[in-house]
Amino acid sequence: MKSSVITFPGSNCDRDMDVALKKFGFKNKMVWHADAELPKSDLVVLPGGFSYGDYLRCGSMASKSKIMQSVINFANAGGMVMGICNGFQILVETGLVPGVLLRNKYLEFICKNVFVKINDKKNKYFKNVHNEILEFHIAHNEGNYFCTNDQLKEIEDNNQIAINYCDENGKIEDQFNPNGSIKNIAGIFNKEKNVLGMMPHPERMIDTSLSGEDGSLFFKNLINNLK
Amino acid sequence: MKISVIITLKKDVLDPQGKVIHQTLEGMGYDSINEVRQGKYFEIDTKETDNVKAKAKVEEMCEKLLANLVIENYKIIEPK
Repeated sequence: MKSSVITFPGSNCDRDMDVALKKFGFKNKMVWHADAELPKSDLVVLPGGFSYGDYLRCGSMASKSKIMQSVINFANAGGMVMGICNGFQILVETGLVPGVLLRNKYLEFICKNVFVKINDKKNKYFKNVHNEILEFHIAHNEGNYFCTNDQLKEIEDNNQIAINYCDENGKIEDQFNPNGSIKNIAGIFNKEKNVLGMMPHPERMIDTSLSGEDGSLFFKNLINNLK
Repeated sequence: MKISVIITLKKDVLDPQGKVIHQTLEGMGYDSINEVRQGKYFEIDTKETDNVKAKAKVEEMCEKLLANLVIENYKIIEPK
């Protein structure tokens, strides 16, 4: 399986993602934002970081970079595109997934482990994951998911919510919502579910001695689903 | 020609920064404030000399980059 990780000026989780993808069997290529052509890929990842210093709105500049037109075409043709953290912010700015990510409700940069509940498994990202609840890491200042009421209705009708913030038992309540996101949304799909944007970082959970193994579960499963 | 753009958050979008600014102003003794909303201001100096054309271009810029229409409104201030 071939993957591509796009590096924007200010990306800082691109190498971590490269390590994670390779660890679970992907042949990964790093792709510079100013390139026009996307290498042949089964998965394209927009990594976390602070592309363009978060100028204007997080992800807004990166969403207009040269490579993104190829990424958008790839996604519209059904290609798998995953945006993590700043990558999620870039995805919403391209319009590939609905909504926006606002400043966290309590104006704090949040850096901690959270639990998320998988809302939908009828997709290539979470199909066959045995667990219902995963422990991931979040580190962001603008992860407060917001959308219009019309968008929310559409998202819910199409079952586009991927994961919600919850407690270790899977309870989705306000008190387990770290950043003020509508409905505790931590990640969403596009309508076709080939594009996934999420704030948590699975690539930070691939080593027991560093963190945890729930990211390993995610990546092992992902590559199997793509085969 | 210089054209200005003001971007504001839509009514029902939470503005935590505006809220904190409001609280701080109250703490400073300004107790008559109903609400503070924070926005953005741009000054675009364009080579375009035709008012109508320039405004149309800036409108396009607002729609494509300067504002995110899910949460923001924009207002173009025409040159005098």
